[in-house]
Amino acid sequence: MWLSSSTVGRKVVMSISGLFLILFLTFHMSMNLVALFSAEGYNAVCGFLGANWYALVGTLVLAFGMFVHIIYAFWLTIQNRRARGNVRYAVVDKPKGVEWASQNMLVLGIIVIGVACFHLYHFWYNMQLQEILGKETADVAACVLGSANDLSGVSVHDGYSFIVATFSNPVVVVLYLIWFVAIWFHLTHGFWSALHTLGWNNDIWFNRWKTIANIYTTLLCLGFAVVAVAFYIKSL
Amino acid sequence: MEKTINFTLRVWRQKDAHSKGYFEDHKMEGITGDTSFLEMLDILNERLVREHKEPIVFDHDCREGICGMCSLYVNGHPHGPEGGCTTCQLFMRKFENGSVITVEPWRSAGFPVIKDLMVDRTAYDKIMQAGGYVSVNTGAAQDANAILIPKKVADEAMDAASCIGCGACVAACKNGSAMLFVSAKVSQLALLPQGKVEAARRAKAMVAKMEELGFGNCTNTGACAAECPKCVSLSNIARLNREFIKAKLKD
Ligand code: SF4
Ligand code: FES
Repeated sequence: MWLSSSTVGRKVVMSISGLFLILFLTFHMSMNLVALFSAEGYNAVCGFLGANWYALVGTLVLAFGMFVHIIYAFWLTIQNRRARGNVRYAVVDKPKGVEWASQNMLVLGIIVIGVACFHLYHFWYNMQLQEILGKETADVAACVLGSANDLSGVSVHDGYSFIVATFSNPVVVVLYLIWFVAIWFHLTHGFWSALHTLGWNNDIWFNRWKTIANIYTTLLCLGFAVVAVAFYIKSL
Repeated sequence: MEKTINFTLRVWRQKDAHSKGYFEDHKMEGITGDTSFLEMLDILNERLVREHKEPIVFDHDCREGICGMCSLYVNGHPHGPEGGCTTCQLFMRKFENGSVITVEPWRSAGFPVIKDLMVDRTAYDKIMQAGGYVSVNTGAAQDANAILIPKKVADEAMDAASCIGCGACVAACKNGSAMLFVSAKVSQLALLPQGKVEAARRAKAMVAKMEELGFGNCTNTGACAAECPKCVSLSNIARLNREFIKAKLKD
């Protein structure tokens, strides 16, 4: 299969799974923004995404996309390190025009995934997972981590209360902001790079894609950050 | 009077492919600014010969920027920090008096060191043999108006064709990927009617060969294009990807 046996094929898999994850983040960010305006609205969205069959299928597809993206990332990196050889240059000087992010995608990705696990523990673990397990209230142990308030007894359908609780803790807010910065770096390169790998680029579109990637990623990360900060300010 | 400079040359010495290499320092004095980098090495080598020492081995041929034989990773850049020129066209006036100039060979698993600064670049020849040509005889040059090619396309093909196969792209790449070279070779033909016919087969064969020879996966960092002495554009890689994906989807 050329998607795993050829170098371009493997990169195509990285690109498509990456673009899919950007799409997911876009959706996630829009949903978060709802929480700024209306608690009921937000909980209604959470309701859609509970333990319904379509939400579960969505979760599985998403998990699969992430899984593929991560596995391929490590696979490609191992191959590339081997291709590079063991002897390093004594003097290195980054050439002009090479983005820092582009040379550190794996590290950035690991940071993104690391905090994502923490994030899943805050929300997904307390909400969809508990719902699948047939529980009606949040798991106490999990809540101790993120929130300043005691969350035991909060309904698994009440996503809004989880947001309020989680972002009342300044340490968590800062961690999330660092997370968004890592995502920003990862995506500013990943976005245009994905299109480039799919062959959708030329000398003119090169700068256009880069600009579009920068603007899109910035809006995306700002969207996430605004919610985290707004809820922290509200909690004061 | 032209300026002359004194500096320390720190060169990589390695007996053969299997030996461990090391850096050796040489004091260089009174080198004039209009000495090319390779001439400077010649001066040093003559001195070494006079002292009955092993001269430093390095690749070179045309010394006018067209053959792609010269290499050398100078002060952290393939073909030196100047940009847009080959090592043979790099002049000593670009360097500071009293500085340390570090010279290393290309370092990549695909280009093993043969001796000192000389690396084995036959991998590129093998990639070319895999399909970097048109397999029909296209005859003598046609009248320019017999086969109409838009100026923009002709220019792009010409720019891709300016690749001299030096390997700086691999040397610069943190992934040891040869994509810029392969994409230039695929593009120069895929853009023109004579080469278009075999474009799909060529893209597949050359990419497969590149992989077989152990070159890495491109992650679009762009270091290759930034360091390419012929300024071959990164968009060629997008074109190669496009040709390759189209070919695979058709299969
Ligand atoms: S693409 Fe540029 S750096 Fe790479 S082999 Fe050709 S001329 Fe050298
Ligand atoms: S010696 Fe021919 S290009 Fe430098």
